[in-house]
Amino acid sequence: MSSGTDFEPTTWTGAARKKWVSTLPPEKLLPEEQPAYVASWIYVFGMLTIVSLIIVLVSGTLLTLGGIQWFHTSSLGHFTNSLHFWSVQLFFLFMIVHFFGKFWMSAWRGKRGLTWATGSVAFIASLGTAFTGYTITTNFNSQWIAFEAKDVLNSVGIGSWMNVTNLGQMVLFHVVLLPIGVLAIVALHVLLVRKHGVVPPLDAIDPEAAAPVHVETADETVAAEVAS
Amino acid sequence: MNQWAISLDQPATYWQIWAWIQVSIPNLVFIIMLTLLFWAALLLPFPKGKEKS
Repeated sequence: MSSGTDFEPTTWTGAARKKWVSTLPPEKLLPEEQPAYVASWIYVFGMLTIVSLIIVLVSGTLLTLGGIQWFHTSSLGHFTNSLHFWSVQLFFLFMIVHFFGKFWMSAWRGKRGLTWATGSVAFIASLGTAFTGYTITTNFNSQWIAFEAKDVLNSVGIGSWMNVTNLGQMVLFHVVLLPIGVLAIVALHVLLVRKHGVVPPLDAIDPEAAAPVHVETADETVAAEVAS
Repeated sequence: MNQWAISLDQPATYWQIWAWIQVSIPNLVFIIMLTLLFWAALLLPFPKGKEKS
């Protein structure tokens, strides 16, 4: 059986595997070491954002399974509801600090433009997901947010297919469509970070972009002199 | 109910900084927190891990 990238694929699955393994070999996908400059608190916030996202997703799944009656009346339901709300606050807090850190070190350097773009799209998709969450809490606050937002969405021409005053539509946007979108774009973002490596500080050498240095051996020097 | 619990079913308090510029107190707290966190992340020393032999 063929393995790695040292084979000629005869099927589309083989070609896809060869492309995947050559683009993102296992040692890059799950590395054991990182460059020294990663030992800084500013590099922690990407992972903190992902941890918060996991808590958001788990608590949100529990809320969906338990149902409104459960999370509005029981102590555990209240706790899970609060956990969902506050983990979203932390998610955005960590994501914005991560965004600041990457912006000020020009994280799009070294062919990392797509990594930067996917991060930005993940931020926008997260805003949409949080916004739809605020519109489905069925209180005066959510009613106010929905009716203010309705004018905004109408003014940009998308009010016809995203009706924020339609509770059923907003629930489905919030628990299915947008979370899938956020998850997919965050997964792509993380894979791109693995492919291109963590961006170095401005004054550090980028191990991904640095050209391999070849030190000529004595035998090679002699061979070159003989050849000339 | 816990005395620290915050009711989200009421309008937030707003601070009118100048003319049309105003900010809600929850948003202001959030902005101050993320600014402090950002500078702390840059300035605080990172704990050193075990040296590899």
